[in-house]
Amino acid sequence: MDKIKLRLTVNKEYLECYITPKKLLVEVLRDELGLTGTKRGCNTGSCHACTVLINGLSVKSCSVLAMQADGCEVTTVEGLADAAALSPLQKSFLDHGAYQCGFCTSGMLMAATSFLAENPRPNEQEIREGLHGNICRCTGYNSIIRAVKAVAEGKYKEAADE
Amino acid sequence: MSKKFHVINTPVHNVDGIAKVTGRAEYTFDLVLPHMLYGKILRSPYPHAKILNIDTSRAENLPGVRGVVTGKDTLGVKQGIWRRYKELCDEEILAREKVRYIGEPVAAVAAVDEDTAEEALDLIEVEYEPLPGVFVPLDAIKEGAPLLHENAERNINVTRHIEWGDVDEGFKQADLVREDWFRCSSQAHVCMETHCAVASYTPDGKLTVYTSTQSHYYIKVLLADVLGLRENDIRVISRYTGGGFGSKFELDSAQFCSSILSMKLCQPVKIVLTREEEFMATKRRTPMFYYLRTGVQKDGQFLAKEARVFTEGGAYTAMGATALYLTGFFQAFPYDWPNYRYDGYRVYTNTPPTSAMRGFGAPQATFCAETQIDLIAEELGIDRIDIRRKNAMYAGYEVPGQAWIQSCGLSECLDKVDEWIKTKGDLPANSGIGIAAYGFMSGGIFNWFDTPYAFSSAVIQVNVDGKVDLFVGSQDMGQGSNTTMAMICAEELGVNVGDIRLHMGDTDKCPVDLGAWGSRETLMQGNAVKMAAAEAKKQILEFAAAKMTPNIVYDLDIKDGWIHLIARPERGLAFNEVVKEVIRGRDGQPIVARGHYTPHRKGMISPAYSFGVQAIEVKVDPETGKITLKDCVTAHDCGQVINPLGVQGQLEGAIAMAAGYGFTEDLPMDEGKILNPNLVDYKLLRTTEMPETTVVEVETYEPEGPFGAKEAGEGLTNPTAGALGNAVHDAVGVSINELPITSEKVLEAIRDKDKPKTDEED
Repeated sequence: MDKIKLRLTVNKEYLECYITPKKLLVEVLRDELGLTGTKRGCNTGSCHACTVLINGLSVKSCSVLAMQADGCEVTTVEGLADAAALSPLQKSFLDHGAYQCGFCTSGMLMAATSFLAENPRPNEQEIREGLHGNICRCTGYNSIIRAVKAVAEGKYKEAADE
Repeated sequence: MSKKFHVINTPVHNVDGIAKVTGRAEYTFDLVLPHMLYGKILRSPYPHAKILNIDTSRAENLPGVRGVVTGKDTLGVKQGIWRRYKELCDEEILAREKVRYIGEPVAAVAAVDEDTAEEALDLIEVEYEPLPGVFVPLDAIKEGAPLLHENAERNINVTRHIEWGDVDEGFKQADLVREDWFRCSSQAHVCMETHCAVASYTPDGKLTVYTSTQSHYYIKVLLADVLGLRENDIRVISRYTGGGFGSKFELDSAQFCSSILSMKLCQPVKIVLTREEEFMATKRRTPMFYYLRTGVQKDGQFLAKEARVFTEGGAYTAMGATALYLTGFFQAFPYDWPNYRYDGYRVYTNTPPTSAMRGFGAPQATFCAETQIDLIAEELGIDRIDIRRKNAMYAGYEVPGQAWIQSCGLSECLDKVDEWIKTKGDLPANSGIGIAAYGFMSGGIFNWFDTPYAFSSAVIQVNVDGKVDLFVGSQDMGQGSNTTMAMICAEELGVNVGDIRLHMGDTDKCPVDLGAWGSRETLMQGNAVKMAAAEAKKQILEFAAAKMTPNIVYDLDIKDGWIHLIARPERGLAFNEVVKEVIRGRDGQPIVARGHYTPHRKGMISPAYSFGVQAIEVKVDPETGKITLKDCVTAHDCGQVINPLGVQGQLEGAIAMAAGYGFTEDLPMDEGKILNPNLVDYKLLRTTEMPETTVVEVETYEPEGPFGAKEAGEGLTNPTAGALGNAVHDAVGVSINELPITSEKVLEAIRDKDKPKTDEED
């Protein structure tokens, strides 16, 4: 299959690569760009472990062709921290023990980042509904909800201001 | 001993936390090696069939394919974890003559990419002769049923008998004898990282296998057995494991097939199971058919219990033999049964093998036992807390011939849950609260694996800058054992968690530990770490005492990196300064210390037991049968809490998994074919279905545990299904004896209950 050119801005860095058109976004991120922070839990769009942001909106990267993101800005978990400065959600996840095995964590962080951008002051039920699609087999979710809630309540504001 | 800790019982970030929240944690799933090939596995579409012929020639000729293997390329070793009992090692992984379940591996391909490997699978021609299958244990034991294994008459794989007291006499004295049948369903582990491995064999005869596992040591030894290599020509590496829950300490098809292919091709081969393969062809929780006959006095005193169990074994023994024993043992938990008899039968069926899963037979036992106790309490008109309190195990209790309970906070847990229920007051209509009590082991004593090594070992090296290298054999699969071990080491040695560099997940570098199963790590690896740290500390304090020349009656200690006189803490020396001098004074030898732990004379099961009581509030919609979890409290005795953040995480995770077992998760099958092998049709709990979760720690001191600690993760899976069922009973007055307690079953039971009696005669 002939390769075609894909232009992406990934984590604020513009890049071009040549891919076969049937490649999924998750495959390009992981296999071509080495951004293995994005996981794949099912490959059928059911677990949301592969969630990334395309132009700020959360998307399951196993359910879009890489070419659908041509010309877009993609943010992955690797783009959340600014060098050593973790994002408020990353800090809050640490403090609340909002991960165990860590395999769903990237997707969870990206979904929560996009959710809070859309709804910065959610109540608990809204957070639960906002993360409904993300499966975590380890934590039972409540620590994740507490972590997101703490950020929504402004407890990690200084992290964002740093 | 002092109860004041410097590190223990403070909430500590997971030592792997930064790697996990920044996407840096490298799982086997992420690994790419130079010159690596990708493998895929061809699996049987039949539940029971003879393999007449396998033609791989077309697949081998497909461009991009580098190699194909079948059972003929293996040594044909039947393997299993019960290595002391050859007849229980019955699984070849790549079948040579016969397949016994849908999904059993028959061939594997390595190619330049996954797509090519997948395409090649379609070109392998397997000629099968289908055989009649059996799918239900009660059919499989019938005379004349098709046999899965020639040596297993009536398909009976293992039997277990446990007995103490005089059961028949106990029943004679009983005022009430109750008989019930229960059915406990299967459950999939659903680790977010599916089973995967990268095997790399080199011409010098060495094999390195990166894999997602709960026990790198077990995988190394099992691979040596099946590949005909020496144990130490194999290195197993597992830095991060994306969930385990009991599914990842046996040898799996990804590990075996990638190794066979790599040995043939001398190139690294990576195999990652798809989510569908994970559901269809990996092991799962053991379904059980449970008969309970129970005799009690009218004041609620327990007199006798008889349990008979048939478990659906699936095609191979796996860890099912252990589940069969443990379900019998924990059926009597956490109560003082003066007379008890258990007979368990594990039966081969043409279904995917059933094995270990978080709770290991105990969630099934607890569901049946706790459901029946509520029914007995109701018949006798006794309060459900009172009947449990009256019969509760206590510190010093001996399970006859089986176990000795040294610490037990069960009665206090019952008190705490009682208080919580009382604060709830009157509940709305169709709402109810159910409770269940449980206990669990802190590490299995059994050694069916036949390791000659200590069950757990640890090595500590203290360096010139005061940084401590801690080498452990335990495997962190997300449960947080790395953090627990770093905390235990820091507490004992008197340094901070940040001073410790933890080394794990590598058989070449780490001492042996049997792995993360049976709730072993906190107690067993924890004891080994504590012993090593104590030995290192002793070496340092000997030197410090010589240097400080205190009165000989004064003791020294180390806290927070400060070596000091206990009586006069301000008089001291910096840890790293002393360490530097110790090393200089020993001709440059760093401080190295070892620790190990193997249980001796601790009964049949475990050196210690956790206890707890859980209460769940539910709301049931009487029109649809839909169950909503509203609230949940767990009073929990895990001895001394090491990491409160970790314990809370374990508790909440266990509730999600065990509530799933209670009312949403199931693996329905049609003639051995799993009907819902995907995350849409297999219903895991989601964020919106999780109730509030409160944990009340009832602290006890366990003499056998490090700093008094016991297990705090697996046992929490035991009570939830029973508490949930009892809550439904409390809410709408129906009792469901079959898991999962689906809305359909609840609705049907409500309709049956409400049906006027005359209808039954129609």
